[in-house]
This record gives sequence, structure tokens and C-alpha cells, in this order.
Amino acid sequence: MTAQAPGPAALVVFILFFAATILLGSTVNWWRAHRPAHGADKSEEWGLGGRQFGTWVTWFLVGGDFYTAYTVIAVPALVYATGAFGFFALPYTIIVYPFVFLIMPILWRIAHDGGHATAADIVRARFGSRPLELAIACSGLVAVMPYIALQLIGIRTVIASLGLPGEIPLIVAFVSLAAYTWLGGLHAPALTAFIKDIMIYIAVLAAVTVIPLHLGGYAAMFATAAAHLPRPQGNHALMAGQAVPYATLALSSALAAFLYPHTLTGVLAARSADTIRKNAVMLPAYTLLLGLIAMLGLMAHAAGIVTTHSSSVVPMLFLAIFPDWFSGFCFAAIAVGALVPAAVMAIGAANLVTRNIVTGRGNDVGAARIVAFGVKLGALACVLFLNAQFAIDLQLLGGLWILQTFPALVLGLTRIRFPARAMLLGWAIGTVFGTYLCFQDGLKPTHVLALGGVHQAVSTGLLALLVNIGVVAVATLLVPRRRTETTQPV
Amino acid sequence: MLRLALLLPFLGLLWLPFYDRIEPSFLGFPFFYWYQLAWVPLTSLLVLLVWKKGARS
Repeated sequence: MTAQAPGPAALVVFILFFAATILLGSTVNWWRAHRPAHGADKSEEWGLGGRQFGTWVTWFLVGGDFYTAYTVIAVPALVYATGAFGFFALPYTIIVYPFVFLIMPILWRIAHDGGHATAADIVRARFGSRPLELAIACSGLVAVMPYIALQLIGIRTVIASLGLPGEIPLIVAFVSLAAYTWLGGLHAPALTAFIKDIMIYIAVLAAVTVIPLHLGGYAAMFATAAAHLPRPQGNHALMAGQAVPYATLALSSALAAFLYPHTLTGVLAARSADTIRKNAVMLPAYTLLLGLIAMLGLMAHAAGIVTTHSSSVVPMLFLAIFPDWFSGFCFAAIAVGALVPAAVMAIGAANLVTRNIVTGRGNDVGAARIVAFGVKLGALACVLFLNAQFAIDLQLLGGLWILQTFPALVLGLTRIRFPARAMLLGWAIGTVFGTYLCFQDGLKPTHVLALGGVHQAVSTGLLALLVNIGVVAVATLLVPRRRTETTQPV
Repeated sequence: MLRLALLLPFLGLLWLPFYDRIEPSFLGFPFFYWYQLAWVPLTSLLVLLVWKKGARS
């Protein structure tokens, strides 16, 4: 199937919704009902929304920034390319919530009491170590940068599907994003997350009801899709040897998910620890949506979409099934869905830079704005001047790197007193070891282990984390303790 | 102790032999898909249960 060029209706609807959202987000501070009451801490207002987000705002904000536009493009693309294996995003986004429920209220409490805004702040307070703080901050920064680039790629994908070639649309999207974050701070994505989510829900629910109807129901859809994909043995859904990668990728992604600066920013901006617990119960609603989004990859096969460029599977499917104006609406949903997380990511990155990397100007909202702008400019340059594959590879490595902050941030919450130097050593060895393995394997997310003659692919990030924790444990037993770094109150 | 119930989703979803199969399908969905989708509300309920029971005691 060749890409159909949609009519002008698609473009008009797209521009209408996209522009309205940008305008609304940028002007949020002019008409928001309750202005910052204390008015003292502008940087906390810009960077964390004044820590006043209730259950619903947190639900929309975290949902909007965890389930990104890139997800809407990339998960179906993976399912289109690999079949059932691509669904590992589903167990990943289920088991993440028991983890969020147990860990995040504790982190929120520590951050709230100590006035912390980032993971590195929390680690500094726990371990009293500047090098460890820097290590955590740098991991967060390099992990989140390619993520922003992927959001811009998501926007570019839908704009290209509308038949607008060249880089001008991407630059327009970038300028909109920059204005929106600069003016609105965290309030901009918090507000527009409502719009984004409602739009995405409409688009996806329409897709998962209308498309199977076109294709003769779900049973027929699954059967047709299966005929286009490699056939697993017997009654299995996965191919031989895919089960362990499926489970380990789900686990490592779930452990990493809320260590990222953008997800943690969303959590720390909540009003109370119970707000987070409530959200651990309510956020799985998005996972249901994600499961349906993933099925678009199978539906594309059933609808006869043939492409080697798997990231355009979703736009092609929408154009093939929906009338032009509704395709335009769906594309706007995806583009707005990229703005929300990209803004939160840039703010999370700015918090890291101004509070943990270049210290001494922590309360300067101007500096945070400039850094957030710089971060996005970097992401834009990455998309324009390097190829998209570079951002995708870097995002894969970023997942591995952010996972290495797990011991300092999460094991640091236990009663065991780990010395900062042990944590630092584990972080360094885990990061270097994981990066080395990843490059050896040609930038794939799994590494093949040969154990007793059995060859088994396992998530590389998880392997690196195990090495990291092993090093921390051994070093904790061996390193002589210094009073100063073990008696820091949390 | 009740918190151990939160391990159930990990067991149910990370042990693939439980659900790496096509049949029995349900409403046209192969077992692999509906089993995982069913864990979404189930996990939500488990978390709610652990939270509310834990808060009471």
C-alpha cells in the first residue's frame, strides 16, 4: 500500500487542535484561578507546580508523560514487526504499579520534607555525597535527552503523514513546545494533559472499535494478522526463546520507568503521598489503553498495510480506515501527546541541571527556563543533524543508564547503611559494563548468556543492574565506614 | 504481610509458561492477550486492597 495523501480536511483539523492546545498551555499562568499563594518560591512553582497537584491532575499528568506519543507510534510498530513479542510493554506497565505504590510515597515524603525536586537531591540528602549526586544527575540527564528527541520524531512522523515535507513543520513544532514550557512551566503540560488524554482516548477507542468491524471482528483480525507474522510452535504465542527476553525486558523497564526525571517530576509534584497511592490504583486505566494501542500493530497487518518503515504503521492505518478529518484529529492527538511529555522532560532535565549539576542558583527560575530551552534545542539538533536511529539507540542506552540509579535511589531507602562510595562504585561498574555489553551486541536490548550449554537472551539492563547491586553489596562489606557519610539523616 | 500480595502480578506476568499460549481464546482474543489484559484490573484491585487494609490496621 502506498501512503495516501489525505485531503485538506485532515490538515485543517490537525492545525486547529494543535494550535489551540499550544495557546491554552502557554497562557495557563494568565488565567489559572489560584495563583501561587506563597509566591516565595517561583522556581518550585515553575518546576514542580508548587507541589499542589491533586489526584486527577496527577493522573492526567503522569499518564500523559509516562504513556508518550512515541509509545503510540513505537509500540504498535514493534508489534507490527515482531508480533506478540511487542506486547511486553503490557506486563511492564502493569507490574510498575505495585512498585509505584510501595516506593513512590516514601520518596515523595522525603522530597516534600526536605524540599527536594529531583532524584539527585534525594540521593544527596541520603548519602551526603556530592560525587554520587552528580552521578545520579548525569544519568538522569543523558537518559531523558534522547527521550525528548523521540517526542520530536513522533511529531515529525504525523506531520509527514499529513503530506507536509521538509523540516519546517518540525521547527514550528519545536518553537511551539519551547514557548509553551517557557511560559507555563509544569502547569502547561499539567493542563494540556487533560486535552491530550481525552483526544488520545477518543482516537484509540474509535480505532479499536471501528477497525475490527472493518476487518470482520477480533477473531478474524487475530487470524489474519497471524498469517502475516512468523508462526510460533504449537499452541505458543511467542517464538521459541522469546519468553525470557519478554519477561526480563518487562521487569527492567518497570524498574526503570519511575526513575526517569520526567516521571519522577510528575510524582513529586503531587499534593500528598495518598495522591500517589490513589494514582497507583487509577493509572492502570492507561495500561488498558496501551494494550489496545499495541493491537493497532496487529490490525495494520489485518488491514493489509505493508511497509518497511514500521514507525509509520499507525498513521498509515488511520489514513486507510478513517475519514480525513478524523485522521487529522488522531494525528493532532499524537502531536499534542508528544508536547506534554516533552515539556515535562525538559523541566525535569532543567531541575537536574540547576539544582544538582550547576549548583548555587537553585532558586533561579530564569536559569531553569534557559536550561529547559537548551535541552530541547539539543534534542532538536539531534533530530535534524543526526539520524533518528541515533536517538533511538541513545534512548535504549538511556534506559540502561537510568536503571543503574536504582540502587542509590531505592535500596538507599532501606535500613541498611550503604556507604556512598560503594553506591558510586556499583553505579560506575554497572553503567560501564552494561554499555560495553550493549555495544558488543550491536545496540540490542538483550544479551545472550551461555549457561551450561543453554543459550538464553536476557535484558542487558537487568544484567547490568545485577552486577551493580553485586558490587554495591561486596563494597559495602569491604569498604571501611566513615562516620560522616553513614549518619546522614534522611 | 498483606503487602506480599503485591508480588502476585510479578509472578503471574513474569512467568511466561502461565500464559504463552493461544487457546483457550475468549471473545476472539487469544489467551496470551486476554490473560495479560485481565491482570490490569486485577492489579489495580490488589493495590487498592493492600492500601485500604493496610491503612486500617
